[in-house]
Amino acid sequence: MDTSPNLARAQWMSLLAQAEPAELAAAMDAFAPPADTAWLRPAQTGLYMLRGRVGGTGPQFNFGEITVTRCSVQAGGHIGHAWVRGSNPRHAELAALADAMLQDSAQHASLRMQVIEPLRRALDTRRDDASRKAASSKVEFFTVVRGE
Amino acid sequence: MYVAVKGGEQAIARSLELLAEARRGDTAVPELELAQIREQLRLGVARVMQEGSLYDEELAALAIRQAAGDMLEAIFLLRAYRTTLPRFGYTQPLDTTAMRVRRRVSGTFKDIPGGQVLGPTYDYTQRLLEFDTTTPAVVKSAETPLPSNMPRVLDLLDAEALIERIDAGSDPEPMDLTREPLMFPADRATRLQNLARGDEGFLLSMAYSTQRGYAESHPFAGEIRMGEVDVVVCPEELGFAIEIGAVTLTECQMINQFHGGNGVPPQFTRGYGLSMGEGERKAMSMALVDRALRCDELAEPSYAPAQNQEFVLSHSDSVEASGFVQHLKLPHYVDFQAELSLLRTLAAQHATDTDEQPLSAAGGQRP
Repeated sequence: MDTSPNLARAQWMSLLAQAEPAELAAAMDAFAPPADTAWLRPAQTGLYMLRGRVGGTGPQFNFGEITVTRCSVQAGGHIGHAWVRGSNPRHAELAALADAMLQDSAQHASLRMQVIEPLRRALDTRRDDASRKAASSKVEFFTVVRGE
Repeated sequence: MYVAVKGGEQAIARSLELLAEARRGDTAVPELELAQIREQLRLGVARVMQEGSLYDEELAALAIRQAAGDMLEAIFLLRAYRTTLPRFGYTQPLDTTAMRVRRRVSGTFKDIPGGQVLGPTYDYTQRLLEFDTTTPAVVKSAETPLPSNMPRVLDLLDAEALIERIDAGSDPEPMDLTREPLMFPADRATRLQNLARGDEGFLLSMAYSTQRGYAESHPFAGEIRMGEVDVVVCPEELGFAIEIGAVTLTECQMINQFHGGNGVPPQFTRGYGLSMGEGERKAMSMALVDRALRCDELAEPSYAPAQNQEFVLSHSDSVEASGFVQHLKLPHYVDFQAELSLLRTLAAQHATDTDEQPLSAAGGQRP
């Protein structure tokens, strides 16, 4: 299955896709694209069919489609890919560029510190906020005995 | 039969201009921004995405604006647009067990592990029009977030073997109705794809009919959960799986009585509904209709419309239904001329036949 370099890459690619486009753009602002940057596959929007499972855990069924934008870039001698939900080409371009630059050992540490970790914290904060808001509407129902 | 006609280009051009003018309304009023529709009409956006069968809030908002709020027209626009996009592939199955829950209720158990969470719901509103637009209340967040893993309510029954067990089995490749035509009998996966795209009003009525006695399914809402689920794909270029974002989903697990049959002991059975965004009415309707359509599999008496898969699945799609009903207004001139001339001939024959009485004189009895 996944070897550990792939696992690390899968994690940062997931995070880049889950990031808010504006946050990603702001974080990547500090990093100029390498001189040899070439767009192997310009951002293109297409469809994935979302699959569900009958009863949540049973056999698969085709649920409906979702727009996805993909992009591939060669930068600094590395090939970066991105698959991002939605139809925002800039999001996919920045994610692909970040993926290529994160594979470059000279830049990896600074990107991890200035892009990946802040995006992870922002994502965690968003999820925690939503969950604590939802938790404020947690209820205790009491059964009232009939005839009393 | 519809016969092609020529002409009318000028009138059609003017009609399109009239439509554009009517859609925009009073130009002194600012035009709706897509962000306003996305943020403030989110339930409409969810319905258009679900029945347009395309999850994209921006495109759905655009379709709603272009259709001047006609949801069925907006759904049609989205369906038409998707045909212009390439298909990249199929996602890995959505893991709704790992949903980041924002609402979760059960109609069957008061105390469920993880608790009941109301979330944003109209259920407890008074349904009184609010004439004063006020700034929304600031939600006071709880100290601690919800548990990251909310167990499924139906697993409680499963632990006692009181409900049918469901697993992926050999996990067969499901049929895809966007690629292959609907054939009967349709298996459950195919039926669910059809119901997922189906018109909410139609499914709601079908579901309601099962509750009123047209198919006895004795349902309970075992669990309804709404929240965010990650979308995972495994592109060939990579060879490993990545998340590409998250979608908001509503899932409904119905519990239904079952007396046993077909070699199956008496136990509870399941109906399943899944909807994009906050689509609770749709998910619940879908779950009830899903269960009703399982009558053959469970050897139940089948007599009601909601149990007839040819009836339900053939009439669930609003794009098809609306197209066929509305095509009647297109020119049928040749067809109608043929009927008209036939009727004139028959009327003439009738007039010469003095013995025959008109229908009204014969008490409305047909021969």
